[in-house]
Amino acid sequence: MATLKPVDAVVIGVGWTGGIVASELTKAGLNVVGLERGMFRDTDPDFQVPQVHDELDYGIRYKLFQDAAKETYTFRNDASQGALPIRQFGSFIPGNGLGGAGVHWNGVTWRFLPWDFETRSQTIARYGAGILGDDCTSQDWGVTYDEIEPYYDRFEYLCGIGGKAGHLQGKKIAGGNIFEGNRSCEYPSPPMKQQYAGQLFSEGTGKLGYHRFPQPSANSTRPHTNPEGVEIGLCVYCGYCERYSCEMGAKASLQTTLLPNLMKNPKFELRPSSHVLRINLDRSGKKAVSVTYLDGSGVEQTQPAEMIFVTAWALNNVRLLLLSKIGQPYDPVKNTGVVGRNYAYQVNTAATLFYEGRHFNNFMASGAIGTIIDDFNGDNFDHAGLDFIGGADIGQSNTNARPILYHPVPPGTPAWGSAWKSAVVKYYNNSASLNAQGGCQSYRQNYLDLDPTYTDAYGQPLLRMTMDWYKHEHKQSAFMVEKLGQIAKAMDAKQFTTGLLPEHYDIVPYQSTHNVGGAVMGADPRTSVVNKYGQSWDASNVFVLGASSFPQNAGYNPTGTLGALAYHTMDAVVKRYIKSPGRLA
Amino acid sequence: MPDDKPLSRKLFVILGSGAVAGVAAVAAPEALRAEPLAEAVVKPAAPHSMHPQHHAPPAPKALGSRPEAYAYLTGPEVAFVEAAVERLIPTDAHGPGGKEAGVAYYIDQQLAGRYGRGDTMYTHGPWAPGLPTQGYQLRFTPADVYRLGIAATDAHAKSAYGKDFHLLDGAHQDAILQGLESAAITFDDVPAKTFFGMLLGDTVQGFFADPMYGGNRDKVGWKTIGFPGVGAVYLESVDKFNVPYNVAPVGIADEMQKSMALIDGVPVEHVQSRLAGRTRLRDMS
Repeated sequence: MATLKPVDAVVIGVGWTGGIVASELTKAGLNVVGLERGMFRDTDPDFQVPQVHDELDYGIRYKLFQDAAKETYTFRNDASQGALPIRQFGSFIPGNGLGGAGVHWNGVTWRFLPWDFETRSQTIARYGAGILGDDCTSQDWGVTYDEIEPYYDRFEYLCGIGGKAGHLQGKKIAGGNIFEGNRSCEYPSPPMKQQYAGQLFSEGTGKLGYHRFPQPSANSTRPHTNPEGVEIGLCVYCGYCERYSCEMGAKASLQTTLLPNLMKNPKFELRPSSHVLRINLDRSGKKAVSVTYLDGSGVEQTQPAEMIFVTAWALNNVRLLLLSKIGQPYDPVKNTGVVGRNYAYQVNTAATLFYEGRHFNNFMASGAIGTIIDDFNGDNFDHAGLDFIGGADIGQSNTNARPILYHPVPPGTPAWGSAWKSAVVKYYNNSASLNAQGGCQSYRQNYLDLDPTYTDAYGQPLLRMTMDWYKHEHKQSAFMVEKLGQIAKAMDAKQFTTGLLPEHYDIVPYQSTHNVGGAVMGADPRTSVVNKYGQSWDASNVFVLGASSFPQNAGYNPTGTLGALAYHTMDAVVKRYIKSPGRLA
Repeated sequence: MPDDKPLSRKLFVILGSGAVAGVAAVAAPEALRAEPLAEAVVKPAAPHSMHPQHHAPPAPKALGSRPEAYAYLTGPEVAFVEAAVERLIPTDAHGPGGKEAGVAYYIDQQLAGRYGRGDTMYTHGPWAPGLPTQGYQLRFTPADVYRLGIAATDAHAKSAYGKDFHLLDGAHQDAILQGLESAAITFDDVPAKTFFGMLLGDTVQGFFADPMYGGNRDKVGWKTIGFPGVGAVYLESVDKFNVPYNVAPVGIADEMQKSMALIDGVPVEHVQSRLAGRTRLRDMS
């Protein structure tokens, strides 16, 4: 094992948050090493057509994703069961490689609602504690929307997000999302074009009196030069976004926003193919001193650093803290400890609408195209008598019509044979999708810890997930099914299918990779792993960024919020921590 | 841009600075083109002195003509899979079915490769049956599941109807497939339902995956439903609502064979390397 020359900071995982950290630190004059377990990759030539438009390799075989043969998770619905390894990814698919999930994401870039950051206190103030239930551990974030609003702005301008403000400088604006928190600036780019199904959704929800608006998008709607001086391309609506990389340089990613400057900066050193094994603490256990990783040859290297940023994907952040013994592991029986506590997910309720004699052309699409209503998200509607909290963004967003995964058939159709084939032919271009992307509450019994039995390719314990659906998720799902049906009818669909959340969380069908929590932020070290700056309560030179810090999940895609939180952290690190290392809160 | 040049459909570029504001792109033979050419502005090639060695992938000369040989399935297994995929996706008034689309060959090629070997699956024990919510927990690779599942299905066909599956008439074949699907038929080693689910999923993939994988021959799956394929620029078409979009679909090999074409006199291979006029990141630092 070699010990390398010390540096100012190590970033573990070079995706959105790691890239933001490295960019801000190197600009402040610090030397940064980026440890990335995956390979180097760039728009040219790695993301180019025609190869990247390969549904089998990218969409089905998960070309851009974590290799489950090397590293997976074990899963059980509750602690009475034996956890078993997820042998092939289904419900969620973690990204891999330089740029992380920011390479294969759809580009939907939301701000969470002010309510989302103060879920517990605002719920109790409006409805009383009874609505939460005894086992619900959803909590306030220790940071408010207003505190991070300027950093949302920063991330949106970094990416050139296209959208329309609905709450700008104190004024509500029709056509934007009137439920959003107050914005200091309009979006940097205009909204995406809408699809035919989006027009029907607009008309239908308009008849119902709902407030529709274009989904905010990182699929660029015009050439954009960001504040870093980097140019972003133009989306051509090719219909290959999620699970694919963008050949046009038009989907905001680390490659299209920050890396062009970062790679030129001699203060930054990227080390791809570096698999981090652990963070090493000093004898006090209160300060991290180095990071041990396997280099591309499989040789252990130890990189000393003054600051360590844990910026991998949410579940992998939590696992690395547990493997490094940073913070007290959560024990759901004794209700002690914090690392692994408040794991949460997302509740997706969908509907497929069937028409006759139309031409939807859903293959003309982008990942973040869509028309949305937010009337039933967060606490934008009265939950009195509903016995659940939170909600969902409800929208039409046909991100593609790639045929292996998209060939919907109406209810009652057999799964194969002549009747199936006829229905596929008839409805392939006569169908549209609605989705309610719902928030998910945290519970005492849903958590993450190290598996006692199964290990990864490097001999380290896998992360064990104990997760099921409880009251808020089931009741929200039933509520959304009703709303989706109402909208489907208002859109004049001939038939539609929708479905309730199954009784138990199922690891098999794809649902969402918006997994959150396990290393949550907060104002109280007894119920959080990090403070509002993502700084470990236990080792103050360790920062843990990303969706692992969300104490429960909102009814939105997470990237806008994790980008804003990363900038919020880095502002404090650059202005305060570098000059005077220590607790920021 | 002359009409007679077989231009690649999606070579394009977005530019940032310069006289051409915006972008774009394109090009397809006239019959396939999604966008009016007037909107397809291609910026002249930027100087590219840093990477004179860069080339697009070499264009295969005769894709589609390579000899096809089964790599994993045995003769009797090929007969089974060909018969089964034709029942799952039958030839009918909408066009050819699974057999003519080459789905059996597609499945063979997949089973012979990393999918069949389970290369990206976590394959360590201990093994336990688990709950349905915990997903696939068998010790078998997909290739193993086919080997066992086909043998067990043929054994069932023989005992129920006196012949191997592929020799039965369509109604009996359907009855057996329904029995696997519903788990009314059970096997000793591999669950019939698991085998059927894998077979059906792979059949649908073989009908709709890019033809370079051996199925979806002549893009028959895409033609049957009206999917335009892989080369796609819909900037000007996406908001033309409820209008038919009828084009001959394009596959990856079609695009690669065109990759030596010219756009405005510039070889396409160079167009690829001037994305946004940027230096490639891997050459920095």
